[in-house]
Order: sequence, then C-alpha cells, then structure tokens
Amino acid sequence: MRYISEFRRSELAQGLLSQIHRRSKTPVRLMEFCGGHTVTIFKYGIRQLLPETVEMVSGPGCPVCVTANADLDKAIALAQMPGVIVATFGDMLKVPGSDSSLQEAKAGGGDVRTVYSTMDALKIGGDNPDKSIVFLGIGFETTAPTIAASVLQAEERGIKNYYVLSLHKLCPPAIRALLDSGELKLHGLVCPGHVSAIIGSRPWEFIARDYGIPCVVSGFELLDILQSVDMLVNQVESGKSKVEIAYRRAVRPEGNKQALRLMMQVFEPCPAQWRGMGEVPGSGLKLKKKYQRFDAELTFDIRPIPTREPAGCICGDVLRGVKTPADCKLFGRVCTPENPVGPCMVSSEGSCSASYLYGVGLEQ
Amino acid sequence: MCLAIPALIKSIEDKEAEAEIGGITRRISLWLTPEAKVGDYVIVHTGYAINILDQKEAEETLAILEQIARLTEEEG
Amino acid sequence: MNNKDRILLAHGSGGKLAHELVEKSFIKALANPLLARLDDSAVIDFSGRLAFTTDSYVVSPIFFPGGDIGKLAVCGTVNDLAMSGAKPLYLSLSFIIEEGLLQSELKKVVDSVRRAAKEAGVEIITGDTKVVYRGSADKLFINTAGVGVIAEGINISGSNARARDRVILSGTIGDHGIAVISQREELSFSTSLKSDCAPLGGLVADMIKASPDINCLRDPTRGGLATSLNELAKQSGVSIRIDEEKIPAREEVLAACEMLGFDPLYVANEGKLVAIVPPDDADRVLKAMRRNRYGKKAVIIGEVGSEKPGRVVMKTALGASRIVDMLTGDLLPRIC
Repeated sequence: MRYISEFRRSELAQGLLSQIHRRSKTPVRLMEFCGGHTVTIFKYGIRQLLPETVEMVSGPGCPVCVTANADLDKAIALAQMPGVIVATFGDMLKVPGSDSSLQEAKAGGGDVRTVYSTMDALKIGGDNPDKSIVFLGIGFETTAPTIAASVLQAEERGIKNYYVLSLHKLCPPAIRALLDSGELKLHGLVCPGHVSAIIGSRPWEFIARDYGIPCVVSGFELLDILQSVDMLVNQVESGKSKVEIAYRRAVRPEGNKQALRLMMQVFEPCPAQWRGMGEVPGSGLKLKKKYQRFDAELTFDIRPIPTREPAGCICGDVLRGVKTPADCKLFGRVCTPENPVGPCMVSSEGSCSASYLYGVGLEQ
Repeated sequence: MCLAIPALIKSIEDKEAEAEIGGITRRISLWLTPEAKVGDYVIVHTGYAINILDQKEAEETLAILEQIARLTEEEG
Repeated sequence: MNNKDRILLAHGSGGKLAHELVEKSFIKALANPLLARLDDSAVIDFSGRLAFTTDSYVVSPIFFPGGDIGKLAVCGTVNDLAMSGAKPLYLSLSFIIEEGLLQSELKKVVDSVRRAAKEAGVEIITGDTKVVYRGSADKLFINTAGVGVIAEGINISGSNARARDRVILSGTIGDHGIAVISQREELSFSTSLKSDCAPLGGLVADMIKASPDINCLRDPTRGGLATSLNELAKQSGVSIRIDEEKIPAREEVLAACEMLGFDPLYVANEGKLVAIVPPDDADRVLKAMRRNRYGKKAVIIGEVGSEKPGRVVMKTALGASRIVDMLTGDLLPRIC
C-alpha cells in the first residue's frame, strides 16, 4: 500500500536500530503519548530491540482512556433515553462507566450505533427524522475538526435532529499539566503525528523552551517511530532541545489552517476532566453559543448516576506513565480484555490492553 | 490514536471525494482540505481528509533512511 | 409489493399454506429421495464412526459478495465435519423466517443451498420451517445439523498436535469478514472482495490421501486465524510459533483492516483451514493442497513447540516476537 509499505521496510528499520545503538550513550526516558504510537511499538516489539539506555513509557494519549467516568455516564444515560440514537466510534463501546457501558446499554434496549465517521451519523440522522441522533464526540485535535465539520454540514443541510456530546480534549495543556506534576523525569517526547498534522509543530515549542525537553513529531509506521527515537537520542547526545518534525510528509509547522479555522468556529476551549489527572484548565472543547442548538448537554435532560471509580483501578497512574500495567494488582487477574475494569484495558491502544494482547515478547 | 491512512483521490464532487486505498474505495469529505485535487494522496481520519501528503517529503525521508541503512551496513 | 410475495405467519403454521411452501420452495429445489419421503425423520443405514455437528447461521446481511446465508449454512456445516476428517454426507436444515421476508429472497437462498450441497456432495434429507413475528428474527436464521463418516485409521482432533509438527494455512485470511462488513451501511466502503465461503470436504480428502497422519484440522471462522491457533495450542497443551511474513492476505483485506483498525488475524474466514501435520508429511500435504482449487495459496506458516504450552507466538518482520491472543469480544472499528 502506497505510503504505508515503504515505511515498514525491515532493512531500513535495521539501519535505524544500528544507528540508535551506536549513538545512544546516556540513559534516557522517552514518552510517547499517542495510542497509535503505543500500538506500533508493541506490534513490532520495538522495546526489546532498543538499547538498554533507551526506556520508552506511554502517556495519556488515548482519548478513550482519558475520558472520565462522569462523562461516559452521560453518554450511557443518553443511550437509555427513548427516541435517542447514540452514534459512537467503536472505541467507546465497551469502556466501563461507573456502573455500565454503552454496550450494556445497547443490550438493554438502548439504540447505540457504531460508526466509522460522522458522515455515517449524519446519514442515520437523515434516515430517522423522528428520532434524535447524538454523536459521542471523543478524540483530540485530529478528530475535533471533523466533528466541527459535521455540525456545519448539519447546519448547511438543515438537519434538525443532529447533536453532539462534546468530550473532546486538547493535548498541549494536558502535557503541560503532566510535566508540571513533576512525577516523571522525561528526556524526550514523541509527539502525536496526526494531532500535529492539524495543529502544526509550534504548539509543542513550549516543551523544549520551558522544560528543556527535546520533541520530535512522529508518524505511525515502524520506520517513523524508529526515526523519531533516533532523532531524540541525537538531540540528547548533542545537548539540544528543540521541536523537530520527522513526519514531514504529513505535518507542516503551521498545521492545517482550514481544519483549525473550522474547529475554532464551532468550539471554544473549556476546562475538562482527564482520568488520572483531574481537571485541566483549557483542555476541553465545548460548542460555542452560536451552535448551542447542537449541544446534547444543553438539549437533553441528562441525569447520569453518581460517579464511582472502580476500586483498585490505577488507570490514572498508568496514563501518566508513573506506573506500568504490571504494577496494577488487577492486571490480568480481575481486569482482562473480556472483563475490563478500567479503560486502559478496553481501548485497543491503552497501555494495559496493548501489554496484555501483544505480550512483552518472549525471545529475540 | 488518530488512526488515519493515506488514500488516493480518484474523483471529486463538491466537498466530497472518492478515495482509494489498496483496492478499496470510500467516499470521504474534503471539508478540511478543500484545496485537494484528483491524484493527490491524502491522510484520511474517520472519513475526512486531514492533510495532503507531500510526495517530495516522503521521498526525501526514505532517501535519508536508505542512506542510514547503507552507512550502518558499511560500518557493521 | 403485495403480500402474495412475502412469507406470512401462516406459512409456518403447519397448515395448507405451510405444506405448499415446503413442497414448492424446499422439496422441489433440494430434490432427493430421502427428503421426498416427507417422513418425520429420515432413516439412513450407517456403519463406521460418525462425525456429527450442529450450527446456527444468523449472518446479516443475508446476501453478501461471494455468497449468502444459504451457501454459508451448507459450507459451514460441511466444513465442521471435514475438520474431523469425515466425508460429509447428510444435512438437516431448519429455517426460522421473519414474517414479511420476500418469497424471491427465500428462493434465492434455497437455490444457493442446492448449489452448495451439490458441490459439497451432500444431501439435505430433513428440515423444518418456522415463521416468527416481524422483529423476532433478522430476516432469516438457519440452523443445521450434519453427519459424515470417518474412515478407519483417521484420528484428527484439536488435542493431537505435537512438538515439531508443521502448521499449514490453506490460503488468504480475512476475505469473508471484510466482504460482509463492507455491506454494513454505517461503514460503507466498496471493494471487489468476495467472501471465501467454500466447501472443503474435497480439499480435506486430498490431504488425507497424501497423509493419513494429519494431527489437527480447524477452520478459522469467527475469531479468525488467531483464535483457532489459540484453541489448538490450548487443547493440545503445546505452543505454536508462526511467522507474520508467511501469512497470505489480499491487499484489499489489509487496506480495509488499516482503515477500520482491525487486525487481519482476527477476521473471519469461511473457506480456509489450518492443518497441523507431522514434519515429514508437511511437504506432501502441501503439494496435495496446492493442486486443489481451494488450497492454491497453501503455505507453511509455522511450527509447534513445547515451551510455554497454550501460547501462540508470532515472529514479526523485525525478528522480534509477540504473543497472539484469542479475540475478546467483537471486532469494532476504531478511531484510535
């Protein structure tokens, strides 16, 4: 496949690994906080192949995992309302809320539909004029502009029964909160490639400037990750700290202006609850006043159940990178992909799920 | 996160396009990339093109990686 | 479209209308002497070891590229029998029809059943029809049972795998699952992919002729190749090591998996099998498979080991290893 296969060539991967092994002298801890990066790393067993001096940790880059129970409970409450169709990306279906999940709500008679795109949700809305369709808006800056576009399309086409429950989150404020907590000493950051395709590389500059941590914006294929690790190691060994783009074929420093424009036309920043991090100011998105009529929170009388966090679940710590799945007493025993306790085990790119499914790798 | 794949634009109608990847085709939205043209490769996330792929940059990146592989082979 | 063209509740009630339906739609199409008797049960003479299986088919949509629920019902049942090394002989077929199903659609399905049964060399000798209220069944459900006979000396079971055995896969993975999912409206994408739905009795017969010592056979249906390999590993108490680069998959399957976030190892197949054979017989069996139309792309994908019993391990393109677990729950399209 064009632009995919070329970036998986194993002979080029060997070249990069050799270079990393040769260059890396100082022990470093690198964090990637995009679930897609987590998956690639586990899929290829990259951690096993890197030198001992390079430690990779996963951060809160899974929008499913960082969605707070209270927010998920709202979605579940909506699904249980008669006359409401909840359209959601597949990722959210099995995530446990305080008491239930969207999948359980569906089994109990709620109308929950998995879609690949808001385009499909708009079509469902058009096909069911007597019902209300609520789109569960999760995701970071890659996804938010697509939701914004769907609101504008609904407006353009006069679709009156389309609503959005906005649980979108912004990455840079969360990273700042993570770095400010001082829990983890990081020497480099692998920055999310598709978020950066939208916001550009400039929003990450505060990390290099204020915290002295090198950043590389990375793609998602095998060679992308290895190249980014190589570039970070290079920065560390040469005492630099700046923001570099490795994913040059898809990311420009200024990002995608049209996408940003649409996103800020429909949404504005607001405080948001991040699982494991509590409230982070300016890290969420809510619909602007002009588009209030699309806001599910303002339209429906949502009465979620009281929020409950599952006992013993340390998803929050895992998300911040301070604990690994193996540190969790529930991991693999009580909490498994079939019976997940927390979202890190449900999301296909949550650390726990990735650890469990791919294993840590057995031999060289 | 942000599962997105490169797809080739085969035809455009208003703000939507038919895009092809590996033999399958799907209707995508160009709301975020109105400047995309037929023949462009775009990155598609949840049915929307989020950016146009820069072919030249892709080739340059691969050239760099090929050079690294050659150098490390010579040394090793 | 008036009601004369649709299946009604009366068609399932056992009265005149029901008899008419059975005669017209089933007996005539599936013509064979045992079925034509219309006794309450079919009576057959048997000697030898019997393989006996049952299955239910609830696929939606009922028509998909490369097949339909009827073809699936016959092939799925036949294949279950073949996986025990049996020659499939007779099937039962029970239809649970949602009131309102178009007669023309039922006819299409029954025609598929007839064609598939003919290719598989089996006869449908007994059946049943029920019609349920609208909304109680998704258009059509089919339940089957099947019997086949196993030749002497053949002993094929999921618990027979031994260390050093070779693991052979009969062809490309993921075709059926992706072909079906491409028809789901909310995920719409177009592809020329067809389901690989096929009866494998003939392929298995060829393989057994090449080697009567085949240890295991499994068809990787729901849950995909990964789930079947895990089942075999656990049943036999062995480990299975496979090589990612050896597993064949069509480009469109890989592309659809990339787009939706699926792992092709977990996507359903309906015309493929996995065989575990002693190392000395592997090449012979492979050659026999490649001569059969349903085994042309057969390939050895791995080996059985004794360390870490119950585990399936895959060597990645980089030479590192990762564990391949069973599928948990459904394959869901994701954005992350």
